[in-house]
Amino acid sequence: MPPTLTAAEARTAAEPLLSVRDLSVVFALDEGTVRAVDGVSFDVRPGEVLGIVGESGCGKSVTMKAILQLIESPGHITRGEILYRRDAARPRIIDLALLPPRGALMRALRGAEIALIPQEPMAAFSPVHTVGQQIIEAIMLHAHRRHPDGHPITRHAARAMTIELFRDVGISMPEQRVDAYSWQLSGGVRQRAMIAMALSCRPRLLIADEPTTAIDVTTQAQILTLLRELQRKYDTAIIFITHDLGVIAQMAHYVLVMYLGSVMEEGPVDDIFHAPKHPYTKALLRSIPSLYGEARSSLPVISGALPHPFNRPPGCPFHPRCDAVMPQRCAHAVPRLQPVGIGQQAACFLYHDPAEPA
Amino acid sequence: MNRVPGGNTPPLLDVRGLRKYFPITRGFFRRVVGHVRAVDDVSFIVRQGEALGLVGESGCGKTTVSRSILRAIEPTAGQVLYHTRVGQVVDLASMPGAELKPLRREIQMIFQDPFGSLNPRMTLLDNVGEPLLVNGIRSRRERVERVAELLRLVGLRPEFMNRFPHAFSGGQRQRIGIARALATGPRLVVADEPVSALDVSVQAQVLNLLLELQSRLHLTFIFVAHDLSVVRHICDRVAVMYVGQLVELGATEAVFARPCHPYTAALMRAVPVPDPRVASSDAMLQGEVPNPAAPPSGCYFHPRCRFAEDRCRREAPLLREVRPGHFARCHFAEELSLLQGV
Repeated sequence: MPPTLTAAEARTAAEPLLSVRDLSVVFALDEGTVRAVDGVSFDVRPGEVLGIVGESGCGKSVTMKAILQLIESPGHITRGEILYRRDAARPRIIDLALLPPRGALMRALRGAEIALIPQEPMAAFSPVHTVGQQIIEAIMLHAHRRHPDGHPITRHAARAMTIELFRDVGISMPEQRVDAYSWQLSGGVRQRAMIAMALSCRPRLLIADEPTTAIDVTTQAQILTLLRELQRKYDTAIIFITHDLGVIAQMAHYVLVMYLGSVMEEGPVDDIFHAPKHPYTKALLRSIPSLYGEARSSLPVISGALPHPFNRPPGCPFHPRCDAVMPQRCAHAVPRLQPVGIGQQAACFLYHDPAEPA
Repeated sequence: MNRVPGGNTPPLLDVRGLRKYFPITRGFFRRVVGHVRAVDDVSFIVRQGEALGLVGESGCGKTTVSRSILRAIEPTAGQVLYHTRVGQVVDLASMPGAELKPLRREIQMIFQDPFGSLNPRMTLLDNVGEPLLVNGIRSRRERVERVAELLRLVGLRPEFMNRFPHAFSGGQRQRIGIARALATGPRLVVADEPVSALDVSVQAQVLNLLLELQSRLHLTFIFVAHDLSVVRHICDRVAVMYVGQLVELGATEAVFARPCHPYTAALMRAVPVPDPRVASSDAMLQGEVPNPAAPPSGCYFHPRCRFAEDRCRREAPLLREVRPGHFARCHFAEELSLLQGV
């Protein structure tokens, strides 16, 4: 990419790998309906790290599950498209939302072209198989990712590939570790093995769902550096989901801020942190304690609590906690995403035309 | 918050040479083949009215220290000298259980998980009121009054007291847990990761509440946490632990401005900065925390330390006063101007 392009221009230059359009996921429970994801749209471009940040219940994990078609009953996609652009196969663009979750095509994509790094590697690995066995199985199952001519991969070759992957993700003594069970590995090594597994089939899109939330801060720093290096090396697109604004700032190129199933603001990472427009983004950034801030001072807070998913407020979901609320507008209509900068959008009536009917 | 940091106030708690070794057993006869030195000779003072932060990564022994102070764990050795309300000095570590019981009112705990630490079958009145019942407040009317007062104190409406915990969000539950800890009017509150399970927007509210309660009720806090920015925000002094030992102890401002132990500096560098313009440091800590059952020779940190020399491999450093009130366990604490070097 020529250096003269701004981040925003470069973003629109490439065709998106994944386009999510107006996605809605609903969980129909006995107690009521939960609109876990409510009309979310975004693009992921090749080689880009898209950060999705939000607090619990904001729909970030459900969005990820929708892309992989892993939503469990009683949840289902009620609306929207998940358009995935393939590189060679026909048809070129497929709507993942329409694929049967257990169908052959979805199973061929899942884990191969679209891979996942889950939050809890302890729960994600099988405890009765060695980590090597599980990665070898994935490589053999999706052999076409490495040999497009349809040539199968032998177990022996897959094992050598696994050892190579382990070396790649910085696991020491890979020849021995390949035969270890997940519970024999420390948290950091286990997460590295998980990353090796996610990369084993050379995915085009990697979804990292809070990959460092369960591990210690010095190990987290190692894992984040590793992910940054691997991302540059393989030019993989990553959807990076986290609640940690510090991690987002260090990892993402483009950021989506979600709240109660909706996108509140999106934009290039620098603008989100240095020129946030939505009151929620601003409040969130103010409320994090800093390593360099004033000690023992009262932190600015967002008043109130996250609403229970059954009691989603009408209008803008953030309006009951917003410090810039306009009661006559915000409580009655849902604001749409409005352009507020180059490549930056915010869903807030502050940026709507005041004459426009709410 | 205008309160005098506990610089010159008398000590409330004096922990001396605290050790907790967990045996490793093997075989049918549960033969002891070694020990995990979870806490290995830890000494520190907590002054009246101060907030002391105990930080470190998982397995460093910070929780074991806090549980030993409460005698939820029997320490292997060492003293936990507590200055009671009436001016006596007692050793919590060796006291018989019956004598300890009246003191339990004065030392209370706030737990990490607001979902696991409240009894789901008990209303708020019973959850928060249980410590009162245990401590002899039998009259229901009195308990209702006290619980209402406690709920107001932590920013919840007293009308909630007949509801069950499931009706509350994580932040509200943590407030309930705080109310319960305050029920007996404690002097010392041990908070074990009280905000790490909470969302960012709620975390700030609970931190503010803790700060406010501390100055209002003249509480002394031991704050166990892995999040350095939270500790930085709430604590007067901070103690950093690594593999069961204290490696640095000092006033929060001083430790964060000029850490004297390479581990503290590395820990600070590892925190991702919420600003994309501040590039994360690539000179980060390599390797992993050693196994506390078989720690390395000399300084426990030397295999991961960028400044390690021969002496560090051979000779274990002692925790010593580098500057007034600032202790570090490093041979080269004075020479390493750590933050400038990275």
